[in-house]
Amino acid sequence: MNGVSELTEKYQNLYRDNIERISSISSPYINSFRGEAFERFSSMGIPTRKNEAYKYTNLNIFFDHDYNSYFMPQASDFLKAEEFRCDVTDLDAHGLVLLNGFYPTITDKLRQLPSGVWVGSLNEAAIKFPELIEKHYGKYAKSDTDGLVHLNTAMASDGVFVYVPGGVKLSKPVQVVNLVQSDEDMFNQHRNLIILEKDAEFSIIICDHTLSPKKFLTNAVTEVFVGENAHFDLIRVQNEHNAACKVTHTFIHQEKNSVTLSNNMTLHGGLIRNSTYHYLGGEHAETISCGLYLADKWQHVDNFVNVDHAFPNCTSNQLFKGVLDDMSTGAFNGRILVRPDAQGTLAYQKNNNILLTDDAKMDTKPQLEIFADDVKCSHGATVGQLDENALFYLRSRGINKREARLMLMFGFAHEVIQNIKIEALRERMDNLVMQRLRGELSRCASCVVKCG
Amino acid sequence: MLDIKNLKVSIGGKTILKGISLHVKPGEIHAIMGPNGSGKSTLASVLAGREFAEVTEGTVTYMGKNLLDMSAEDRAKEGIFLGFQYPIEIPGVSMVNFMKTAVNEKRKHNGLDPLSASDFLKLMRDKKELVEIDSKLANRSVNEGFSGGEKKKNEIFQMAMLEPKLAILDETDSGLDIDALRIVANGVNKLKRPDNSFIVITHYQRLLDYIVPDVVHVLYDGRIVKTAGKELALELEAKGYDWIKKELENNVVS
Repeated sequence: MNGVSELTEKYQNLYRDNIERISSISSPYINSFRGEAFERFSSMGIPTRKNEAYKYTNLNIFFDHDYNSYFMPQASDFLKAEEFRCDVTDLDAHGLVLLNGFYPTITDKLRQLPSGVWVGSLNEAAIKFPELIEKHYGKYAKSDTDGLVHLNTAMASDGVFVYVPGGVKLSKPVQVVNLVQSDEDMFNQHRNLIILEKDAEFSIIICDHTLSPKKFLTNAVTEVFVGENAHFDLIRVQNEHNAACKVTHTFIHQEKNSVTLSNNMTLHGGLIRNSTYHYLGGEHAETISCGLYLADKWQHVDNFVNVDHAFPNCTSNQLFKGVLDDMSTGAFNGRILVRPDAQGTLAYQKNNNILLTDDAKMDTKPQLEIFADDVKCSHGATVGQLDENALFYLRSRGINKREARLMLMFGFAHEVIQNIKIEALRERMDNLVMQRLRGELSRCASCVVKCG
Repeated sequence: MLDIKNLKVSIGGKTILKGISLHVKPGEIHAIMGPNGSGKSTLASVLAGREFAEVTEGTVTYMGKNLLDMSAEDRAKEGIFLGFQYPIEIPGVSMVNFMKTAVNEKRKHNGLDPLSASDFLKLMRDKKELVEIDSKLANRSVNEGFSGGEKKKNEIFQMAMLEPKLAILDETDSGLDIDALRIVANGVNKLKRPDNSFIVITHYQRLLDYIVPDVVHVLYDGRIVKTAGKELALELEAKGYDWIKKELENNVVS
């Protein structure tokens, strides 16, 4: 095809060489999306910095590399997943482990929790619950600008599936541990689908880990359907090593009166790009979209948020905060779209950053497109240093400078952490963030990778 | 306790303190009064170790040590406390964590083990009662959303927790209603011991109705222009600072 970059061509070839193999292990319905998605990927390509949504993020350094792609789990892989024990030990959660994007068990790929909630492999669910999959799969992950969403649809075959039936309130969260492990540099893609029916309540924690010191690239798509009056919390904890790149695309579709929270906690990682799309698709839907990113050395963290106010009287609140050290860089792009009929919209956005060195850099860009007139919107962005007055206040009480700086950074970060409703996880995050700020690696204790 | 000799301080090339000498003995309460812009807050900040001003001349000796050589945190650990005129709000840092860190840093400095969680909470409880502050304040972030009076009471609470040898209260009375003023003053009176000292900086005399000073100084244009007993405060209240100004001008003329 004319005009396709060499880099895009490389991923086109990856598709062509493997699509038969991928299709053979995937459900027919998921396969039915692949052809068109591939065409769309081919026309959009791997995003470059000419793409407005990727203006501040150079994906080439990770995409332009020869990876082994991971399409088929082996039995030995499942054993590795068994060995991993997550460190959020106080957390009373239903655990799930994904290894390189696959649900790594041979039997019991889907399980039913006491309250009737189903969790497990998406690929398996596509066979067991065809009507649910046909209703929701591929319906929310849409993009006219980001070829990577389509690359995922074209090639991903497994990931986490959660189904919360109407009226079910799951008191314990589900924790998904995404492990990436390989003896070779590896590219993997996975696909999650979460469905909450009317009046359901459900929290999910997705933890991203790398387990071996190789170069990794992950391109993941998550689709979420939040039914009428349902409550959904998504907490992402990203803790990967410096040679790992994680690109996530999360699409949250909300029906009327539903309430959601999305919280991206980026503790560590080479290059992280989180795109979070909120579609407020019914009156009185509410969402909080927040994130915290702590970066140092050459790390780069980019949060892209798109809130689509499609119906009247919805509320959205974006809060993203970052602490950037050394020569790390960050980007924030927060778009608020208020459609013509969306009267009574409340939409807020805040992005605050602390740069600890002269070399750290942050690009922040609000993007408000408002087509209704009865609307309250605000946005604010700050990039600055620690408050000298506050620093002196702490020091004047006998707290040494280093500790005082830590306390201020922690206080700054805590505003995001406090949105987490699960107390054990909130405390755990407080601890991990404190450790991270102290320069102790916040990787979980049982992780074997020494990726400092 | 504290011996200031001919202290000269400038900020951005402008001389603010023009040769201050002050001697504070253990157990004494000194009041420093003076009109706005006379250098009172600069003096307090310099003593607490704020690095915004340049000491161009003079010495400050505290407990036999050169105070000016010490960092702000070391001064605090050695027993100096500054009650801020405008306490700082620090969102996200809890009062408990703040005070626990401060108390334990000081204990470490004095060769003591950190307090256990239960001992620390007991200490908090006792001091809250002593200074009559609302116990809810201690569960919030440092000064965040506190009213002006609550912030000042919180300064006194911190002082009670840290048990300083020398407390410098910078216009702690400003902006307080009469009840809050009484609580602040009671806090000082309860914490007063024969071996600790206070420097109370104030614009008005009314705080000195509750805290009885041993010595009153008047700071004017970067100099201490008058030093006397507690009756000086009353005289100032009656006659205003213009009286001092006139007297100074007359001295210059004669």
